Amino acid sequence: MDLTFTPEEDAFRREARGWLEAHVPAKPLPSMDTAEGFAAHRAWERTLNDGRWAMVSWPEAYGGRGVNLIEWLIFEEEYFRAGAPGRVNQNGIFLLGPTLMDYGTDAQKARHLPRMAAGEDVWAQGWSEPNAGSDMAAIRATARLDGDHYVLNGQKTWCSRAVFADWIFCIFRTDPESQRHRGLTFILVPLDAEGVKVRPIAQLDGETGFAEVFFDDVHVPVENRLGDEGAGWRVAMATAGFERGLMLRSPARFQSTAARLVALYKDEAEQADPALRDAVVRAWMDAEAYCLNTYRTVSRLMSGGSIGAEASLNKIFWSELDVHMHETALSLLEARGQLLPHAPDAGNVGRWLDGYLFSLAGPIYAGTNEIQRNVIAERLLGLPKA
Amino acid sequence: MELLFTDDQLAFQESVRGFLQKECEPERLRKLWETESGRSPEFWAKLAEMGILGMTAPEEHGGLGMNEVDLVLVLEEIGRAALAAPVAETVAVGVPLLAACGSPALQAEWIPKVVAGEAALSFGHADTPFVHDAHVADLLLLHAGGRTDSDIAVHAVPRGDVTLVHEPGNDPAGRLYRVEWQPSPETRIATGAVAGTALALAFDRAALAAAAQLVGIAQQLVDLAAHYATQREQFGRPIGSFQAIKHMLASVQVRVEFARPVLYRAAWTVAEDTAERMVAVSHAKAAAAEAAILAARTALQVHGAIGYTWEVDLHIWMKRAWALDVAWGTRLWHRARIGRAVLDDSAAPSFGYSARA
Ligand SMILES: Cc1cc2nc3c(=O)[nH]c(=O)nc-3n(C[C@H](O)[C@H](O)[C@H](O)COP(=O)(O)OP(=O)(O)OC[C@H]3O[C@@H](n4cnc5c(N)ncnc54)[C@H](O)[C@@H]3O)c2cc1C
Repeated sequence: MDLTFTPEEDAFRREARGWLEAHVPAKPLPSMDTAEGFAAHRAWERTLNDGRWAMVSWPEAYGGRGVNLIEWLIFEEEYFRAGAPGRVNQNGIFLLGPTLMDYGTDAQKARHLPRMAAGEDVWAQGWSEPNAGSDMAAIRATARLDGDHYVLNGQKTWCSRAVFADWIFCIFRTDPESQRHRGLTFILVPLDAEGVKVRPIAQLDGETGFAEVFFDDVHVPVENRLGDEGAGWRVAMATAGFERGLMLRSPARFQSTAARLVALYKDEAEQADPALRDAVVRAWMDAEAYCLNTYRTVSRLMSGGSIGAEASLNKIFWSELDVHMHETALSLLEARGQLLPHAPDAGNVGRWLDGYLFSLAGPIYAGTNEIQRNVIAERLLGLPKA
Repeated sequence: MELLFTDDQLAFQESVRGFLQKECEPERLRKLWETESGRSPEFWAKLAEMGILGMTAPEEHGGLGMNEVDLVLVLEEIGRAALAAPVAETVAVGVPLLAACGSPALQAEWIPKVVAGEAALSFGHADTPFVHDAHVADLLLLHAGGRTDSDIAVHAVPRGDVTLVHEPGNDPAGRLYRVEWQPSPETRIATGAVAGTALALAFDRAALAAAAQLVGIAQQLVDLAAHYATQREQFGRPIGSFQAIKHMLASVQVRVEFARPVLYRAAWTVAEDTAERMVAVSHAKAAAAEAAILAARTALQVHGAIGYTWEVDLHIWMKRAWALDVAWGTRLWHRARIGRAVLDDSAAPSFGYSARA
């Protein structure tokens, strides 16, 4: 155990910090769930990629720097410290990217990873269906092999950022006779293909942050299949492991929220209810705990370990922490806690409300927390299935 | 940067776990409750043989010269086994304090005896009214005076020179004492700033040792309850197949798992005596206690009425959890200490996130 950063790690941090200081937009970008904001966020991804900061842990051939996971965490820390924009291509770079590294052919990697890193292709995720939410094995959308093409039919839903995205990675049923987890296949689909229809859905905040996607005899070449036919479930579980376990929510995100909460408490301390002091301390502690646990996970991965069902522990911890932090902030704000950002008396308070709404989605997406608790009980604690 | 134990550290943990499983069978623990001292001299000798009693002792006194990072996993196992012996008092707190403040002669007199299993130590701090296992401690390290450099001191007092008042507690294996004694120049081993620094560090070592044991206890309680839930049937199936049971236990496991890295980091800050030590130790103690208290309550609920009996072993760990929860600073006390560092002072740094470039 050595909890100090090496001189190389410090040097990497300095380089990242220097670049971010020089390049992070001075003013926050408009919401990525608007056309204008999406374009601005895509342009930011291009800027990141030009500096080779889009995905530092990827090999250089795909636009990365080939750094280790500790350095990836360092980059994330600097990224959040700098207040840099949200990652519009997070489904691509954090979820599909690592899955492509593991399951993709060389041709698929060469074709998709550099464009993904550059924000040229922004990706959406198309797994959920109206009747396949938690029960993802109930997927009905079909892919029928026809010569060197798959023909896609059916519907996906709740696809984040699909309104403006370029591609979507989906799971289809390739074997019409199959049941449940068998007979599913992981397929990459351009959203501008003929027969694809995207219907925006307004979220809790009124913006169209996700969409339904309809497939009507959409033809995609066989090369768009990721992994073997019928292996879709296994590939998808690898993606979900990255999502819950490590990549999607790096600790600095929560530490930066905790730091803002501490600052808010200090501003409000004189009139704040003393009971809230302990809530702020707990938020700070849990953000630290999440960070330390991630360093532990990364250290284990770097010495040859892997992430299994522990990913479910992670997902519960960060999503509950995020809700707790935002609830505490709104309590500190008292009556102003309900103001929208453009309200005259909102000041910079509106961000907390936005963040609160989004934090409430955390226990739902990436597999609900109830499903994670089932996984922990059955796979880590050995309790019998129902 | 690496938050990971070495293969040697993990292998030693394994062997300690195997050893304690054999030695701390619940039946044996219960027999000890009935004895006057509640402690077993034979067992103390075996702990010495295992090398546990010499872990923190300097090599020049026959010890292994190890630090808190080596020790923390062993203390976790001690909690898991509900060991009834003053290992934390002697190894985690007493020996390092004696090594820091004791004269060369005093160290040479006592530390080799500890390593050989011929002596035990305990520690009394003014912030906590009781001394654990004072009745079997041959030498007591005691805080005298107040908190300021002008009158603070550490004394090393042989047990024969103090009066012990036994305070029976809820943990049948616990042995708590109020110690009545008179400081004298002969027993004084440190004064002023040296004493203040040493006592603060000793307090943190005691809190860290309690935190490590609490993590072990919490995991043991979850494992016992999970095992019971696979055996006990109601409505024609194991109760562990009911989602209410699954979700309760999963929620506890989340808290236990996230207390661990906090604990390990705290052990490292104590070993390296870094500026973050107090905040890290308080975090570990508060998080570990929270996990253990939740584990105790949940394990009892999962067991139903049988868990509420004296006969079933569950209370061995529940009562240890409740006892350690309030020893060496309650959760609120530790969170308040973090609060002062994070909210009042110039803000304690966040791990990684606040690193200087
Ligand atoms: C903001 C947001 C973004 C999203 N983005 C995407 C995306 O980009 N791509 C995508 O494919 N999907 C996305 N989703 C969908 C998400 O994956 C699903 O919402 C999730 O899998 C749950 O499915 P459901 O909404 O149908 O809820 P349901 O499965 O109907 O669940 C409803 C409730 O029942 C509980 N429940 C269900 N089954 C069980 C069980 N076995 N045991 C205990 N409780 C159970 C759930 O935990 C939940 O509380 C997104 C969702 C949100 C909120």
